[in-house]
Amino acid sequence: MTRVKHVATETAYDGAEETGGLVFHPLDQFIVKPLFGDGPVHWYTPTNVTLWLAIAVLCIAALFIWGTRNRSTIPGRGQSVAELMYGFTHKMVEDITGKEGLKYFPYIMTLFMFILFANYLGLIPMSFSTTSHIAATAVLGFGVFFAVTILGFVLNGPSFLKLFWMSEAPLFLRPIIAVIEIISYFVRPVSHSVRLAGNITAGHAVIKVFAAFAALAAVSPLSVLAITAIYGLEILVCGIQAYVFTILTCVYLKDALHPAH
Amino acid sequence: MATETVATEVNAGMPQLNFETFPNQIFWLLVALVVIYLMLSRVALPRISAILAERSGTISNDLAAAEDLKNQAAAAEQSYEKALADARSESNRIAEEARAEAQKDLDAALAEADAKISAQTAEAEAAIAEIRANATQNVGEVARDVAQALVSTMGVDVNADAINEAVTARMKG
Repeated sequence: MTRVKHVATETAYDGAEETGGLVFHPLDQFIVKPLFGDGPVHWYTPTNVTLWLAIAVLCIAALFIWGTRNRSTIPGRGQSVAELMYGFTHKMVEDITGKEGLKYFPYIMTLFMFILFANYLGLIPMSFSTTSHIAATAVLGFGVFFAVTILGFVLNGPSFLKLFWMSEAPLFLRPIIAVIEIISYFVRPVSHSVRLAGNITAGHAVIKVFAAFAALAAVSPLSVLAITAIYGLEILVCGIQAYVFTILTCVYLKDALHPAH
Repeated sequence: MATETVATEVNAGMPQLNFETFPNQIFWLLVALVVIYLMLSRVALPRISAILAERSGTISNDLAAAEDLKNQAAAAEQSYEKALADARSESNRIAEEARAEAQKDLDAALAEADAKISAQTAEAEAAIAEIRANATQNVGEVARDVAQALVSTMGVDVNADAINEAVTARMKG
């Protein structure tokens, strides 16, 4: 059924172009398409998602493996950046979760680097933003949620539930606070993933909308200026959202390691 | 361009909500995450932490080496000062010795000169004494002769010995 919709989109697109009017397809950039041919998208089909994930992997490999190949005591440019990323993430994990959290540093580094690179690769014109899809960010968000929850119970046993029981609060308020805490705990993965996908999607869509206005000669200078401004904002947003995702992951991890408030 | 026809796209909905592509996205995302995790945890992170550890080791080694060199420099300065002080006292000693040597030579030369001078003085004094003695004797002879002549002129015949005695007694007095 969705396949039909997809075809319909393309027809509408062609039709709009023929009339020569303003064309708004701000969301077309997010369509998942097979790389080869035009068949259905199976789970294993190499798609534009696959391509841009692979590019992100290659960029990370280029920075962290190729960039540090000399193992120089006095680092070159690439190695400096890799060391900077390492130091930044390492410090963040240590500051928030403490020494015990450093065991999970590689996982957090993986998350941070993936989101950061995917966000910035998505800013390349004509590229595909893998992190604009709720499917991807939900895997990340719920992955963190389940990992942290399971880890919390494995490390602390039932006392992990103290996370929801405010021992400092007055006794009669504690059940109410517990309910609120539990709801907020289960909302975490949703907000965690929707925040990332929403930010990236919104920025890209807004740029596309302004780009469509550029077809009108009268407003095109304004439109180009607006695109430039939004693009600058997006550069900030991409970094900040990756950082926010990572730091929240660290905070959740801290809850699992030290559940008592 | 003037036509303000705005083609709105509503029929397809958000591609993000096209659940048909979810398995594909999730599968490839998991593949990518696993690959990134393996690259980072197996290669990149150990390598970077080794580099950082090596760097801090190098820095502390260099600092220690610098401290060592500083101590060596201080020791060298100390021994230089000591050598300088030694040389100074040695030179003082040599100068003192030379001065003493010269003083000795000078004293010897002075003593010799003094001896010579006193010898000459003694010689001169001896010569003077001799001259004086001769003169006294001559004076005596002259006096005796004069006395003889005077006495004979007065017509008195006097023994020569008596005149001698008288002249000698007078000259002593």
